Amino acid sequence: MSAAPVVELLWWEGCPSHPNALADLERILAEEGLSAPVELVEIESDEQAASERFPGSPTIRIGGEDIVPPGEGEPFTLTCRVYRLRDGRVSPTPDPADVRAAVRRAKEDT
Amino acid sequence: MIAIGDKAPGFTLPDTDGVEHSPADDGITAVVFTCNHCPYALAWQDRLTQAARDYPGVRFLAVNPNDAERYPGDSLEAMQQRVSQEEWTMPYLRDESQEVARAYGAQTTPDIFVIDGEGRLRYRGAPDADHNDPALNAAWLRDALDALIAGGQPDRPETPPKGCSVKWKS
Repeated sequence: MSAAPVVELLWWEGCPSHPNALADLERILAEEGLSAPVELVEIESDEQAASERFPGSPTIRIGGEDIVPPGEGEPFTLTCRVYRLRDGRVSPTPDPADVRAAVRRAKEDT
Repeated sequence: MIAIGDKAPGFTLPDTDGVEHSPADDGITAVVFTCNHCPYALAWQDRLTQAARDYPGVRFLAVNPNDAERYPGDSLEAMQQRVSQEEWTMPYLRDESQEVARAYGAQTTPDIFVIDGEGRLRYRGAPDADHNDPALNAAWLRDALDALIAGGQPDRPETPPKGCSVKWKS
C-alpha cells in the first residue's frame, strides 16, 4: 500500500465554477474514505497554463492524472472548461460520477 | 454601465452572414451576451433558443463580445460554423470592438438585458437560477418578458449574471 495520492484542483478566477467542483470533490473524497487534502492551484497566466498543462478551470488531478483527460490538441490556456455530463449535457464541472470513479481508482492504488 | 430604467444604448452589429441588426425601435428586445466557449453559455443555450421561439414578438439578439485573438473559439468563423451546425432562433452578432458590451456593462456570458418598447432597460441578469437545471426553462427571463408584454414591470428586474467573464481585449 502506498501513500494517499496528491489531489489537486487547478482553477482560474475568470471562471466561477471551481467552488462547486471543490465541494463535489471534497464530498466524494469523504464519502469514499480517501483522506487526501485538496491542494488548490491558482492559474494566473497563459504561460502558467501552458507549463501546468491546464486545459481550463476547473481541472482536477489525482496522482498527477487529470480525472477527465483533455482531448488531443486541446489548448492550454486561461478559460472555463467545458465538461460533458454522463447524460450528454454540457456542464462547467465534471460529472460527480466521473469524480467518484477517479477517486475509487486512486483508492485502489493506495 | 446602465441601470434598470435607463435608456439602453443603441447599436448596430453584424450577424454571422454580415447582416446588420439593432434593438427594436418600438418593441421588446432581449440582448443576450453569449459566446462559443463558455460552459455556462452552452448549458443555457437550449433554454434561450426555446425562449426566442416562444416569444416571436420579442427581438432576441445574441451578441458575442469576446476577444477572439486570445480565444479563437469565439472568432467570427467559429460563430459561423456553430450557426451552420446548430438550430439558432436568433441572430448571432459579433461585437468585434467590444463597445456594445462595454456600453451595457456586460460582465459574463451569458448576461441578458431586456429592453422595453421605449428603449429602457427592464431586466438584467441570468436566464434562470441554475444553469444545470433545464427544467427551470429560463424562468427569470420569461417572467420579465411576460410582465412587459402584459404592460407591467418585472417583479424581479435584476438577478446576478452567472457565467464566464467577458474576455476583454488587453
